[in-house]
Amino acid sequence: MSPIVIILFIAIVILTLVITYFAAKRTQTTGDFYTAGGGLTGVQNGVAIAGDYLSAASFLGIAGAIALFGFDGFFYSIGFLIAYLVVLFLVAEPLRNLGKYTLADMINSRFDAKKVRGAAALSTITIVTFYMIAQLVGAGALIQLLFGLDYWLAVLIVGVMMTIYVLFGGMIATSWVQIVKAVLLMVGMIIMSFLVLLKFDFNIAQMFHDVKSATVHGADYLKPGLQYTQPLGTLSLMLALVLGTAGLPHILMRFFTVKDAKTARSSVITATWVIGVFYVLTLFLGFGAAAFVGYDSIIAANSGGNMAAPLLAQVLGGDILFAFISAVAFATILAVVAGLVLSGASAFAHDLYGEIIKKGKATEKEQMYAARYASLGVSVLAIVLALFAQYLNVAFLVSLAFCIAASANLPVILYTIYWKRFNTAGAVTAMLTGLFSALILVSISPSVFSPIEGAALFVGEPIFPFSNPAIISVPLGFLGGYFGTILSKETDIKRFAEVSVKAHTGFKEEA
Amino acid sequence: MAVKQEYNKARNNGKAVNFEKAANSNAFKKLLEDRKKFILPLTIFFLIFYFLLPILTSYTTFLNTPAIGDISWVWIFAISQFLMTWILCTIYVKKANTFDEQAEHIVEEIRKGGDIK
Repeated sequence: MSPIVIILFIAIVILTLVITYFAAKRTQTTGDFYTAGGGLTGVQNGVAIAGDYLSAASFLGIAGAIALFGFDGFFYSIGFLIAYLVVLFLVAEPLRNLGKYTLADMINSRFDAKKVRGAAALSTITIVTFYMIAQLVGAGALIQLLFGLDYWLAVLIVGVMMTIYVLFGGMIATSWVQIVKAVLLMVGMIIMSFLVLLKFDFNIAQMFHDVKSATVHGADYLKPGLQYTQPLGTLSLMLALVLGTAGLPHILMRFFTVKDAKTARSSVITATWVIGVFYVLTLFLGFGAAAFVGYDSIIAANSGGNMAAPLLAQVLGGDILFAFISAVAFATILAVVAGLVLSGASAFAHDLYGEIIKKGKATEKEQMYAARYASLGVSVLAIVLALFAQYLNVAFLVSLAFCIAASANLPVILYTIYWKRFNTAGAVTAMLTGLFSALILVSISPSVFSPIEGAALFVGEPIFPFSNPAIISVPLGFLGGYFGTILSKETDIKRFAEVSVKAHTGFKEEA
Repeated sequence: MAVKQEYNKARNNGKAVNFEKAANSNAFKKLLEDRKKFILPLTIFFLIFYFLLPILTSYTTFLNTPAIGDISWVWIFAISQFLMTWILCTIYVKKANTFDEQAEHIVEEIRKGGDIK
């Protein structure tokens, strides 16, 4: 490790700990802990959403995928962004008007049913677990590459940091870590894109011309189809990307950190601009890496292409830029895992303990203790799982998390807000059908079974042809909710009237 | 459960809120109708526009024809997805301001406990 890398690495650690110190002083109530007291502005929350959303997978993974596979790598960028139109048009404002801390709160504004809350908590915990293992394993491998630390040490450093932020600073610390990270990440992206464009004399047509001869793919590099060759498989992936975001618990939780629906709306707008610019810039990073680092060097450093962006930084700006980009990648991982711990802890402490076991009668002090114990528990569990998962190929876990979010959570969210007839039986069947169909289909997919040894968890022929099963599991989630509802006589028109009025007007009873 | 308690309290708080009356008021029905008329067509539009990209790249090759130099139509289409997202966001914010006014009016009327026009 060069001294600059160590200095920047330590600077980020200190900066985030200072944030946590001040946040801890302001974290007095459960509301502060889970949602920063609802006191963030639209712009702050929008930038924090970007910080929560743009994971190392986005930053390093997509830049690498574009560098290696050209257009096909860009599919992710498009899906991840357009997903925010679903959030903006259909979900964000009603969610803010109905919910308190968690997704289950929002759904239970209609039902008051333990089984609905339990099912929502189960799907939240499943999504967060998969997402977190993927992030931590990725983090371990990445820090190993960037800083030359052992895998277990890398996972431990990230794990301890995320635990400190959440345990002491709750959502206030998490939000500010995410905001700082988003700013650093955008600065890094803009500097690198500028340097790439500078090398092409700001001639974009020239850039396209040059990358045609830069990779082993030749002119095919600029055409779709290098990575995704099954048409329905591609559509399935695109479906999971565009619908999944609106069901991701750690993203949805961010909407409770602002005071009302109008601020929730402006957060999405800010987030969409930041995230959109980010994903456009992934193109310059990917092309830049293909042209100046070279296909063989990228593959040699990491077969998944994850080192494309840091290697490009080395070529463009030497050790200093490499150190800066590595530090940004580290901050990126920290911000995302902190958000995940918090949403996992809220499902355990608020939904399962506070509302189901204590029936909503836990005192403020008990709730606070529960929240902190749950954060600690979730962190330790994630670290242990990540230590065991080192040699597993976990890349598919993030797209599985998106798939479960789209199949189990989104149908229930939409039905809760918009369907008068919807009932508890429908809510439970929708969530369980979506969750289990996604899990079962993935477990028999090419992500788990591959005839080539080492390519997936087990050796064998996959029974289900697509890596991402959204094209089947999302319709199943919606159908499960539909049939579960109409096969049960239960219906509460009065309650729907209340939910509908509150969801669309933001009306709240005055205490 | 906490939510249940709040729910009952709202009704027994001296001035119980009649949500059914509010939900059936013309003003609220108009708000829902206006939102639907605005959001539904745009949602259908952006989903079609979005899925058209993987459908066209998977089943046809005509997007591979050059548009500007070495930049083929598939890239133009991909970038237009970004532009569409930003344009729809901007349109939504403008339109949502009128929804806010309608919603504020309804909330005021509920608080007064009067008939919602």
